[in-house]
Amino acid sequence: MTAQAMVRAGKTRRHIIRNAAATAAVAALWPRAVRAQAAPRVVIVGGGFAGASCARALREADGRIAITLVEARRIYTAPPLSNGVLGGLRDLGQQQFGYDKIAAAGVTMAFAAATAVDAQARNVTLSTGDKLPYDRLVLAPGIDLRWDALPGYSEAAAAKLPHAWTNDGAQIDLLRRQIAAMDDGGLVAIVAPVNPARCPPGPYERASMIAHYLKSKKPRSKVVILDAKDSFTMQQLFLNAWQQLYPNVLEWKSLSSGGNVAAIDVAKKTIETDFDNYQFAVANVIPAQKAGKIAMAAGVADRTGWCPVDPVTFESLQQKNIHVIGDAAIAGAMPKSAFAGAVEGKLCAAAIANLFAGATPAVPKLVSNCYSVVAPDYAISIAGVYHPVDGQYMEVAGSGGVSPLDARPAFRAEEAKFADAWFRTTTAEIFG
Amino acid sequence: MTTKATILTLALALLPARTQAAMLAPPGVAACTGCHPRSGGDPALPQLAGRNATEIVAAMNAFRSAKRPATVMDRIAKGFTDDEIAAIAAWYAAQR
Repeated sequence: MTAQAMVRAGKTRRHIIRNAAATAAVAALWPRAVRAQAAPRVVIVGGGFAGASCARALREADGRIAITLVEARRIYTAPPLSNGVLGGLRDLGQQQFGYDKIAAAGVTMAFAAATAVDAQARNVTLSTGDKLPYDRLVLAPGIDLRWDALPGYSEAAAAKLPHAWTNDGAQIDLLRRQIAAMDDGGLVAIVAPVNPARCPPGPYERASMIAHYLKSKKPRSKVVILDAKDSFTMQQLFLNAWQQLYPNVLEWKSLSSGGNVAAIDVAKKTIETDFDNYQFAVANVIPAQKAGKIAMAAGVADRTGWCPVDPVTFESLQQKNIHVIGDAAIAGAMPKSAFAGAVEGKLCAAAIANLFAGATPAVPKLVSNCYSVVAPDYAISIAGVYHPVDGQYMEVAGSGGVSPLDARPAFRAEEAKFADAWFRTTTAEIFG
Repeated sequence: MTTKATILTLALALLPARTQAAMLAPPGVAACTGCHPRSGGDPALPQLAGRNATEIVAAMNAFRSAKRPATVMDRIAKGFTDDEIAAIAAWYAAQR
């Protein structure tokens, strides 16, 4: 560095120090309310599609807001398309994202679990013991599994019978390794949950991907879906695809055909249903769900286990200044999808920026569009456009729907391409 | 850039940042960038920012009336009114 440059650098540094001191002095003189208005604090709990998208959009909407994103894991494993890891179409690494770019954009990362919320004092307690004060809190905790929903299944049992249904990459990897290690001729049992649940087509896409893998690698093996329901989303599209691609490999047992699980024996590797007893080689048990733990602690979940919100601002109907977005929120007819979560994050950010600015948030219109990849070059989708009607999201009449039943292979291949494109674009927007 | 878009851009530039945050992005836009990249894209999934507003309106109308073949945009376009489509198109046209 030249002498001249050193002088310049020194001068700049002195300027910054002087300015910072002046700012602090002025801030100290301001009444609390004015200070809060000048630099509002938003804490966002949960760094998935909804929470991270909200952090990114809020940063872009208003540079003055102090934003902290609280997330326990340093690496996020994205659930959409993760069934492709089981099918051998994708690597787990393609599902994983860090928070460096979000931090670089000016969001403070707090890598810890949120353990408590004081809605009156407006602060969040972290597992580190730190307390983060907020003006507005956004909870995007995703789902928590109901460990008591299936007799014989538990959090401990998940180490042997993976659910692979959260953003825990180790669970997906465990399921993948179990299927790869199983002898040809074995049975993979998938226990599908009741609604409402995260990613309604997910269990059926998963069954398809596992069948795809078995068909070429272990052709004497089978997949059975033991379902707590009598119908599911995109049902006819899935059934047609299975008949075409995986006849004699994949079987769906509905509730009324005896799919309801009565008991699971982890040691004996058996699942007892209302009518039958299944001896499995690998079991993927997806239990019933509810909003993530912190939603209960914050008092924003109702008796259903999910969180009622105002559809315009996503503010909790049970606690002021706390917003709930993503899978944890009750969003009417909208499915619990990553697509919807990412959009909810943006809308919640816009609403919060408006509320801080003293403006009225606009009534939103939302889209959810979910792809299910049933084979390479073969995807199906369900789309919906939603708007608030009488305080709840309803589908806009005449819009949305599923892929046509009679589409040509080129159409299915195009949808598979769009599934990939959506994933790349949305994860780049959020994490890139 | 059209004169109308230039005027809109200038008007936006003159507004304080927080008012911009309040008025930007009409209903529906939050969902577009999930699939349509902010920059780049390809003919099947084009970037929308900076595109001519008339083109966007025409495309949405063609999707809505099933005149233009689509995998999913026909299903999505049917959820939007003329006014909403016009607002979305104007907003995207004003983006650089």
